[in-house]
Amino acid sequence: MDRVEKPNVAPVLAPGHSVGSITDKIASVILQKTPRWWYFGFGIAFLLFMLLQLALFVLFVKGVGVWGINIPVGWGFAIINFVWWIGIGHAGTLISAILLLLRQDWRTSINRFAEAMTIFAVACAGLFPLIHVGRPWLAYWLFPYPNTMGLWPQFRSPLMWDVFAVSTYATISLLFWYLGLIPDLATMRDRAKSKVAKIIYGVFAMGWRGSVKHWHEHEVASLLLAGLATPLVLSVHSVVSFDFSIGIIPGWHTTIFPPYFVAGAIFAGFAMVITLAVPLRKLFGMYDLITERHLDNMGKIMLATGLIVAYGYAMEAFTAWYSGNIYEWFMVYNRATGPYRWHWYALFLCNIAAVQLLWIKKVRLNPIYLWIIAMFVNVGMWLERFIIVVTSLHRDFLPSSWGYYKGTIWDWATYIGSIGLFLFLFFLFVRFVPMIAIFEVKTLLPEAKGRSGNE
Amino acid sequence: MNRVYGVLAEFDSISSLIEAAKEARDIGFRKMDAYTPFPNEELAHILGYHKSRLPLITLIAGLIGTVTGAGLCYWVHVIAYPLNFGGKPLNSWPAFVPITFETTILFAGIGVVLGFFAICGLPQPYHPLFNDPRFGLASNDRFFLCIEADDPYYNEDKVKQLLGKKAVRVTTVDF
Repeated sequence: MDRVEKPNVAPVLAPGHSVGSITDKIASVILQKTPRWWYFGFGIAFLLFMLLQLALFVLFVKGVGVWGINIPVGWGFAIINFVWWIGIGHAGTLISAILLLLRQDWRTSINRFAEAMTIFAVACAGLFPLIHVGRPWLAYWLFPYPNTMGLWPQFRSPLMWDVFAVSTYATISLLFWYLGLIPDLATMRDRAKSKVAKIIYGVFAMGWRGSVKHWHEHEVASLLLAGLATPLVLSVHSVVSFDFSIGIIPGWHTTIFPPYFVAGAIFAGFAMVITLAVPLRKLFGMYDLITERHLDNMGKIMLATGLIVAYGYAMEAFTAWYSGNIYEWFMVYNRATGPYRWHWYALFLCNIAAVQLLWIKKVRLNPIYLWIIAMFVNVGMWLERFIIVVTSLHRDFLPSSWGYYKGTIWDWATYIGSIGLFLFLFFLFVRFVPMIAIFEVKTLLPEAKGRSGNE
Repeated sequence: MNRVYGVLAEFDSISSLIEAAKEARDIGFRKMDAYTPFPNEELAHILGYHKSRLPLITLIAGLIGTVTGAGLCYWVHVIAYPLNFGGKPLNSWPAFVPITFETTILFAGIGVVLGFFAICGLPQPYHPLFNDPRFGLASNDRFFLCIEADDPYYNEDKVKQLLGKKAVRVTTVDF
């Protein structure tokens, strides 16, 4: 089949590469001397991670009273951050699973670090439900295990569904990532010079030798895992949205939540992929592997999901009005005029207005503009969860029970600290693990097909 | 004397490896395997890897997961710890669907990965091919074909001659 490619579309892989040069390029990121900026970035991430430790220490000593939560707003930053992080993870699975099934070959060079991003984001997300339970040392009560109290969890509760969805998601993401890493770990084993590195990469490569039989099974396994991860990723954020929509609070009790949450998750996730990809591309000079085509496509996906999210906002307000339910309609009115109105306007600016710039091709192809828009979306999606959690809770049915919520310094320390944990893990990842899938990029080369490979 | 594992030939492109593998297969060699830095479908077909048992393993693991998830919810809520909420039936199965779904995916996913390791015989701490100092390049930019000594047609000199036509280097590998 001849590929008809318009000349103004950048290629997925810049010309001039051979099988060997791809290995050299990606492996050299790990094998070279640690660049100075890495120490600098890692140092900042480490300090923020220490801030998280401090915030958790204070929390464990004093209890959830150090946070701003109160009655009526019993869900504060912990849930906002949980939903924000788990949403970010979704783009990694979309890239690694859904785009694999759709045979989008541009995914290959951003796939590996997007999956790593998923795992680290899920790790940050998983932290929050555990620490917000009040008695975190009893968090294992969430899991069904035979106990002397004769008690079992309530499987009809969305909060239990969450436990299963998130732990399954974390497990499957980790397995998928590791499966894809095995051949590249073998490459690192064969290229590493120091004995220690050889042994460590060797242990994790599990004796992979590139046998055609193994490759065959590896491809089948990847497709199967992609097929499993696709419905899984859609289910995870749907289940997260059930935490809200099964409740009867105005603004939560709506059927649009599952698709709206999933679209928002992919929107937020692509923003984070761009946030990470643009600096990585520059710092490691990966212009030939992460080309303009990638920037363009990621910008387009962000625009498309952003429009779905905007539609979600519109439908939320329309349904509130059309239902004729005064509590629902008051919720919309309160968002627009109540004490959190500036959050709501900022949300529109970040998630709807800023994203419209992506209609312009020049903006999509410019890494700096794209990165700035992605930062707007990162902030906007956090604000969205803030609006959902806080505005619905702080003024419900009875004016006598209305209240006001504000994060305390420990709320912010935990949130910023979790970003530190994420960056800390990510810096370690780019230093020790091939951040682009070496073997997958090689399959993009014309010579990888073999002589009779013209299907 | 060391026992011989087989004859290993090194190629500098995948197309010459494919041609050599085709020729060896047509002669009748079956105990052979190729080692490449990336997957290639054509090569898998030549070497006779058309099907995989993994999908079946996944299906079985997934079904075990379905039964486990549904069974757990049913057993807990109907048998072990029945609690009446608002007069709703104890076996309120629609509420068990999300957990059943998640355990299905979890078991199937673990099944894929464990099945993959089992079929491939990984982890494998030692393999004779790594005795060849250049074999490490199979994960970089070189392509290898090994005809193993336990193939019924195996004859060291003839195999070396056959593979030598296309290969850049041919050696014997010991256990």
